[in-house]
Amino acid sequence: MDKLDPLGFVEGEDPRHIMVHDDPVLETEKLSIYYASAKTIHEISMTIPRRKITALIGPSGSGKSTLLRAFNRMNDVIPIAWCEGNVLFNGEKLYAPEVDPVEVRRRIGMVFQKPNPFPKSVFDNVAFGLRINRYRGDIAERVEAALHRAALWEEVKDRLQDSALGLSGGQQQRLCIARALAVEPDVILMDEPASALDPIATGRIEDLMQEIKENYTIVIVTHNMQQAARTADYTAFMNLGRLIEYGETQKIFTNPEDERTEAYITGRFG
Amino acid sequence: MSNATSAMTALEFDLRPERRRLWGTIFLWVCFAATALAVVMLAVLLIDILRQGAARVSMDFLNSYPSRFPERAGIKSALFGTMWTVGFTGLISFPLGVGAAIYLEEYAPRNWLTRVIETNIANLAGVPSIVYGVLGLAVFVRAMGLGRSVLAGAATLALLVLPVVIISSQEAIRAVPPSIRQAGLGIGATQWQTLQHLVLPIAFPGILTGMILALSRAIGETAPLIMIGALTFIAFTPSSPMDEFTVLPIQIFNWAARPQAGFHEIAAAGIIVLLIALLTMNALAIVLRNRLQKDL
Repeated sequence: MDKLDPLGFVEGEDPRHIMVHDDPVLETEKLSIYYASAKTIHEISMTIPRRKITALIGPSGSGKSTLLRAFNRMNDVIPIAWCEGNVLFNGEKLYAPEVDPVEVRRRIGMVFQKPNPFPKSVFDNVAFGLRINRYRGDIAERVEAALHRAALWEEVKDRLQDSALGLSGGQQQRLCIARALAVEPDVILMDEPASALDPIATGRIEDLMQEIKENYTIVIVTHNMQQAARTADYTAFMNLGRLIEYGETQKIFTNPEDERTEAYITGRFG
Repeated sequence: MSNATSAMTALEFDLRPERRRLWGTIFLWVCFAATALAVVMLAVLLIDILRQGAARVSMDFLNSYPSRFPERAGIKSALFGTMWTVGFTGLISFPLGVGAAIYLEEYAPRNWLTRVIETNIANLAGVPSIVYGVLGLAVFVRAMGLGRSVLAGAATLALLVLPVVIISSQEAIRAVPPSIRQAGLGIGATQWQTLQHLVLPIAFPGILTGMILALSRAIGETAPLIMIGALTFIAFTPSSPMDEFTVLPIQIFNWAARPQAGFHEIAAAGIIVLLIALLTMNALAIVLRNRLQKDL
């Protein structure tokens, strides 16, 4: 019997409908990722455009988060994970032996699914990245700027020294975004940043993404297709570790070329 | 198919709710009796000790050295010996235990060797304390030439409590949510920075609690210290870690072993002092943990 996935994807078939950008900030070349001997990402080649929002969508287990974590070498901390192929960051090989993953993660920040502020004050949370990276300038000034940019300053300016754990879930997530912004990364990776939040807090995160994309490249993993449709400039649909279709969000959602993409976005699958 | 049909037919139950509840009630009372028995036994012991010894606990008792005459005997040398010994036990076992825990949790590769080491540490926690006494006698007293000193005793007790310190520290470190580590690494912190600024401060109250509970065990240990030759009659307090020493449980044992009733009373008084020291340490552990956790 042929190896077929539930959507009829034939093993080894080349992905179609893949868009390529000029001057991408991130680019993968036939990237495959393995956990021990299990191949979870299959030869993905794609480009992430600069100062745009790119969404990765797909059913659970499609490898969206794994791919996202490959962009800032967070998979390195999983001992059994390894990869083949290339990831280029501003044209340079991200996985070259001389590249320090610690420096990569300062330039490619990450916001996680569940808000994960440190059990420290609001100020110290945002200042953390500046301090550990030995920022030479005025830390207080950068903290304020980051909180402004994360649309949180007005809410926390009088409680900077209070514990961050006292903030609401939505505030905590915006604090995590401020924490990531404070070290001035080029790219911010967001792994389902609003899945633990209510619709109002989600809306504020989405507004915030639109504001900061003028200065930063955002890659977001989301299960929420409306969220992808609302926020992303480009959308990539993944399934079973493969990139199925990638293009402008409007096109993906209104006129997908691949029947599997259509099946997923119309809710018939996934 | 069979599932579908069975869902259609009415199900027959032998409900007997009173009977099922009765078993619950019986079980409740059995468990309560087990708890009550333990508490009552402890209470009887405590009351007996207090009746015998409470009258003898005084500043004189705390301030006097042992004597041939029970009415003049005091516990000063044993109390100071315990404080010296437990203090050095803490100084030795804290860095070793926490260091080993950090290595095993954060750095050690997850392979069979690490698993063998972790299993053996857990096993070491169950080794009879007299075995540590033999080890201490051979290694610290004789081979290292420390003699029958506070340091030799503390080193022996440190080995004895080390497994407890390691395991409780490991648990405290493991309890730090992975999301915190990810957040640290994700912002460009090195593994050591993540550990130093995030993981260890959060784990510290738990590590401290484990440490104090380990020392509470050390404070009551007798056998290994007798083995390495802690004396039973000492008329001075240690003034350096190389001095000879005795500790509270040895002094208590020594008094209790004598035939005269007067010594039995001061043995009971000694137990009261030991219990107070123990409860104080446990209370300290709770207070420190609560205070440090509130700061987060």
